[in-house]
Amino acid sequence: MYVCRTPLTGLRILILIHGLLIIIVTWGNAQGAELSVNGFLQLNYSYSVSESNPDGGDFKWAEQRGQIKLDFSSSNLRLFSKADLYYDNIDRDTDASVRELYLDFVSDYYDIRVGRQIITWGLGDLIFINDTFPKDYEAYFSGRPLEYLKIGVDAFKAGLYPDFVSADLVIIPFFEPNNMPGQDRFWLYNPMSTATDRDEQEPATKVDNTEIALRLYRNISGVDVSVYFYRGFFRTPSARPEDLRQILFYPELSVYGFSLQGRAAEGLVSLEAGFYDSRQDRSGTDPFVPNSQSRFLIGYQRQLWEDFTVALQYYGIYMHRYSEYLATLPTGMPSQRRYRDLLTIRITALFMHQTLKASYFSFWSLSEGDYLLNPEFRYSFSDNVWLALGAMIFGGGQQWSPLGQFDRNDNLYLQMRYEF
Amino acid sequence: MRKYILIVFIVLLLCPGLSFGITAREIMAKSQEAFLYPGKDMKIRVEMRLISSSGKVRLRELTMLRKNFGPPGGQQKYFIYFHRPADVKGMTFMVYKYPQRDDDRWLFIPALNMVRRIAARDKTSSFVGSDFTYEDVSGRDIDDDRHDLVKEESVDGRDCFVVKSIPKKQDVNYSYKLSWIDKESFLPLKEEYYDLSGNLYRVFTAEEIKDIQGIPTVTKRRMRNVQSGHQTEVVFKEVSYDIGLTDRLFTERFLKMPPRRWIK
Repeated sequence: MYVCRTPLTGLRILILIHGLLIIIVTWGNAQGAELSVNGFLQLNYSYSVSESNPDGGDFKWAEQRGQIKLDFSSSNLRLFSKADLYYDNIDRDTDASVRELYLDFVSDYYDIRVGRQIITWGLGDLIFINDTFPKDYEAYFSGRPLEYLKIGVDAFKAGLYPDFVSADLVIIPFFEPNNMPGQDRFWLYNPMSTATDRDEQEPATKVDNTEIALRLYRNISGVDVSVYFYRGFFRTPSARPEDLRQILFYPELSVYGFSLQGRAAEGLVSLEAGFYDSRQDRSGTDPFVPNSQSRFLIGYQRQLWEDFTVALQYYGIYMHRYSEYLATLPTGMPSQRRYRDLLTIRITALFMHQTLKASYFSFWSLSEGDYLLNPEFRYSFSDNVWLALGAMIFGGGQQWSPLGQFDRNDNLYLQMRYEF
Repeated sequence: MRKYILIVFIVLLLCPGLSFGITAREIMAKSQEAFLYPGKDMKIRVEMRLISSSGKVRLRELTMLRKNFGPPGGQQKYFIYFHRPADVKGMTFMVYKYPQRDDDRWLFIPALNMVRRIAARDKTSSFVGSDFTYEDVSGRDIDDDRHDLVKEESVDGRDCFVVKSIPKKQDVNYSYKLSWIDKESFLPLKEEYYDLSGNLYRVFTAEEIKDIQGIPTVTKRRMRNVQSGHQTEVVFKEVSYDIGLTDRLFTERFLKMPPRRWIK
């Protein structure tokens, strides 16, 4: 589970930060700034339907959560904080986390955002090529609201807006990994199951390890064009055996990419591609570090009739230096294909003046044969209360396939929220 | 006698609303100009009440900014910021409206800090679940319909042209529309939409018209679905024209960071 990564407990941090906020807000009010307070109370449960979890429990997620958002703005300064307090019924634990906390400074031709912030770019729908920012796959796979898929980074971001192009420059001094499903609640494939000791090594915080992400974008006669660059690390760990232990580490990565999106064929067409430069294994000979890859996606979405939209994506990953990969792969390790591809489909239908939403999303890998199906119904009882019921169904492929390994983790989930 | 004829002539000139010589298409073009294109730009704070047949009310509150690019009937850009309900607060929505093709639309979802471009047809989609379609909000091309002046009639004591508009293509879910256009302001005071089997289906009424900066503006309107009983009431709480919106406002930057001075 992701809690703010500091030596202090979440709750103490929360109290400290909000104490500071109250001081700033009091001062700011005197200067004519405005405060708005919003938030929600939420119930979120996810029940394992295929079988009990490895730790014997039946719930992948079971919590009550409250969120407070404070937005404090003056003409060119904005302070925003989003903090959660929750009770986890599985671990019987109350904790807090600061989801976002940043300060904006806005000027005519640039703006700056400093602090913990969620950054999203790229065109993929649940497929991320140039969006290399941290994600919480455990949240997504256990039926939490989609916003919990994204994890905030403690970063500096500058937006520059000269007339000919816009630019976002992100500098991340503190590495933040993806949050992957945990072995207590999820059945997972582990190629080194004999090594029970795990040791995780995150990139240290130092100048050389500072991550940089850049996006240049503009609209050229109706087409949204973006160019991306990232220099940092893979956020999903690689594993290397050492004695009897398993070392989890995050190899160096650079990504160069672009995307295009515009209207065509009565709908919307997207194209995104990226080259993953695996800087620690350019020769492809280290079996424990991913090889360099080329990734791309083609998407098409169209509203077929009123309140009914279909979106398709084709996603391909091509591994470079494949023969070197095969030649150095340890015996007994399942080999990846040179080219992997998958299809996604999203169908969204709205009913009853858009208060009832039925949606279906699926990943289906053409090369591996594994899949993830996610049907969901969401109904708004009023302007403040909504309820979502859905399922995450995994299967197909091999026991080591990216989605197939989750075969025994099917779950039904419920999300209910009161927003204010 | 010559003086008398001259006066009559001047009166005729000053009253373009008189039916002499004005075609149904011209009436609808002038109506579109008065209703959807007034001012160079506009800012409104809108309150929408979605009222079900049983009387249950849902509230939408938003700030809408609109800027014209070119003459009436031409390109427009819209920027919408949602204040209420709470689950969409902070969402922004941008539309580039083109006269001859579907709009370009972008939506910003603050919880994910994500901008999504939306594939949507404006002709039949409901605007935020209301009884208004996108086309009702931002207009329909004059030449997508054939217009006939069917009669003249008064609505609430105001003289109106009654124009029947029949879609040339079957791209909407009504077979024709009757519009009661005020001869003086050219604002639509009433509209009736007939479904594909010819039965009355939706009724639009302009319930309050105010003079704002010299521009007659419909500040309260209602769209009623007479078949389902659902209706939507729209009130413009604040309206201002010609506020000097810049082109730069209608970009991804401000979609993600809506400028406080424009959305307040």
